[in-house]
Amino acid sequence: MALLKIENLHATVDGQEILKGIDLVIEPGEVHAIMGPNGSGKSTLSYVLAGRDGYEVTGGQVLYDGQDLLALKPEERARAGIFLAFQYPVEIPGVTTMTFLRTALNAVRKGSGLDELDAMQFLKLVRAKARALGIDEEMLKRAVNTGFSGGEKKRGEVLQMALLEPRLMVLDETDSGLDIDALKVVAGGVEALRSPERGMLVITHYQRILQYLVPDHVHVLSGGRIVRSGGRELADELERTGYAAFREQAA
Amino acid sequence: MTVPAFIERFDAVTPRLAGGGADWLRRMREDGLSRFTRLGLPSRKAEAWKYTDLSALGGIDFALAAIEPDVAPHHLPEIPEFGGLRLVFVNDRFRPELSEVERLPPGVVVADLAGVLAGEGDFLADWLPRLAPPESHALAALNTAFLGDGLVVRLSRGVRLDRPIHLVSVGTARERPLAFHPRHLVLLEDGAAATLVETHVGQGDVSYFSNGVLEIGLGAGAELRHYKIQDEAPTAFHVATTALRMDDHARYEGFILHLGGRTVRNEVHAVIAGRGGEMALNGVTLADAERHVDNTVCVEHLAPGGRSRLLFKTVLGERARGVFQGRVLVDRAAQKTDAYQLSGALLLSPGAEMDGKPELEIYADDVKCGHGAAVGELDDQALFYLRSRGIDERAARRVLMEAFIGEALERVSLESVRERLAIMAGRRLESMGEGEER
Ligand SMILES: Nc1ncnc2c1ncn2[C@@H]1O[C@H](COP(=O)(O)OP(=O)(O)OP(=O)(O)O)[C@@H](O)[C@H]1O
Ligand SMILES: [Mg+2]
Repeated sequence: MALLKIENLHATVDGQEILKGIDLVIEPGEVHAIMGPNGSGKSTLSYVLAGRDGYEVTGGQVLYDGQDLLALKPEERARAGIFLAFQYPVEIPGVTTMTFLRTALNAVRKGSGLDELDAMQFLKLVRAKARALGIDEEMLKRAVNTGFSGGEKKRGEVLQMALLEPRLMVLDETDSGLDIDALKVVAGGVEALRSPERGMLVITHYQRILQYLVPDHVHVLSGGRIVRSGGRELADELERTGYAAFREQAA
Repeated sequence: MTVPAFIERFDAVTPRLAGGGADWLRRMREDGLSRFTRLGLPSRKAEAWKYTDLSALGGIDFALAAIEPDVAPHHLPEIPEFGGLRLVFVNDRFRPELSEVERLPPGVVVADLAGVLAGEGDFLADWLPRLAPPESHALAALNTAFLGDGLVVRLSRGVRLDRPIHLVSVGTARERPLAFHPRHLVLLEDGAAATLVETHVGQGDVSYFSNGVLEIGLGAGAELRHYKIQDEAPTAFHVATTALRMDDHARYEGFILHLGGRTVRNEVHAVIAGRGGEMALNGVTLADAERHVDNTVCVEHLAPGGRSRLLFKTVLGERARGVFQGRVLVDRAAQKTDAYQLSGALLLSPGAEMDGKPELEIYADDVKCGHGAAVGELDDQALFYLRSRGIDERAARRVLMEAFIGEALERVSLESVRERLAIMAGRRLESMGEGEER
């Protein structure tokens, strides 16, 4: 059974149709990349998958593991194994990253019938994962994303992902804002999560991250539709030609 | 209860109140009564009472609790423990059997006002009138007329008391509405230091009216930490007026947590009379249903080099109303004053409302003064972010609310109290979360 099956998905934001009929199937073990011009609807698709309020689905369906994903609340989706790494991670003053991570991990564990981790177990786990991603422990004592640099925020997203061990990962421009070395570390961290049961949807503007995180399929999203799909070589082609051809196609 | 009804009662009851027939006290009471008669119950026409309406008081026939019989222990709500010394007042009557005031070190008076008045209470003749809240305060005048029992603390020069002093006020009205007018006095002489925890708990199918006055005098270099928890019965009127006066380099750290009450007015008048006085007063208000909670604070900087900080956080659900009025006055002599006040409110539902305004009156030219006020709702983006990580909506809301009030709570310098307050606030937030989810 497909891990994710999107069929003829239409969605509006503030009454304006942004997604205009998307079809996409991700099998377990696959990595898909989505590229496309600014404003083409990539983040909108990621929000619809995560269940954000205000993103209204007006047609089509989304099946996750054969189940109607759109019927679930955001927290239920997260517990079912869906993870969105935000393009713009949200600052939450007053909530330390450590507390946040622990609350999230225990919520997800509880959702899958596992025991909550106690403070010591959690600390050990989070330290190990943070170290692997080159995250300073000091950062975990600060409020969630508050005052973090762009790169720190992105690393933080991947740390959350590594902790929660989701089955379907949607990465919305996780590579943007990372310096060259950080990109390598972060991509490596994501690559480490690749497994035969898991799937990934990697939204990006650059083929660079795809050198570390080699996709099985590449799609071009333009004007709210997938206008072309291909293998990894499509990313290289786009890098050379840009999106001009697809803009016309979408219009 | 109308003004004439209070007056009518005066002659009959005052001989039976604390201090009995002492001349100075009788004159003080009479003065209070005549001021109250002149001023009447506060009206919303008065600027200071623009947002808080006490007219409902006029329609309730309160019996004076001080002359009612004792309430049996098994009728009392649970009394919180903080360790240290403890004085329990039930409807403003001192209850020694529930209290713990043994083994006081030398130079320390911690006792009930009526007891002190019955013994060597003459020093009170100097202090009670001297520290009192402004003349024009009608409810403080009413308190003076009918003042019942209360807490008296006096620390001699240089005495530092480690154990916290816990003042517990229990309000309970079973058959008919009751009013009580507690009067507390805390005097720390030069260099003395103490911690005062003040809790108000209550129960009652009928309403009670707690109209307290607390006078605090801090000598040069004296330090007081003062933590108050207001968790009155849902039908209760809680009016509390604190008058604080600080000499050179005295320090005051106050915190007020509002959890209960029907109509609440917590008013603080601080006078920084000596050089380099430092005061901080912070608070958290959590209110739902139809509760009304008003924090009114006035800080007067009269001497150079003083510092004041006010931070009040308010979370309102359902149809609750919150008020924060912060007034800072800087006298011409008070150069190098550093004063800042901030009020933040979170409205959980469209029926909730926050009012108030900051007021700065500055007559000195070399000062640093500022204020801020913000009213908002829970951040949708933050809520979604938390939920997208598996945290359910209710828990996510609570995380954000706790973060919001945390900023004020973390200013409580005594860790054990800070933790207790956080637990109490957390419990209250839990119950407020119900019915607010969309
Ligand atoms: N609240 C809104 N009201 C109206 N239009 C919106 C709203 N939010 C997003 N849009 C529009 O939806 C379109 C798609 O936005 P989206 O963020 O999905 O693009 P994107 O492909 O992720 O772009 P980028 O590469 O810049 O991140 C844009 O044209 C954007 O302006
Ligand atoms: Mg985007």
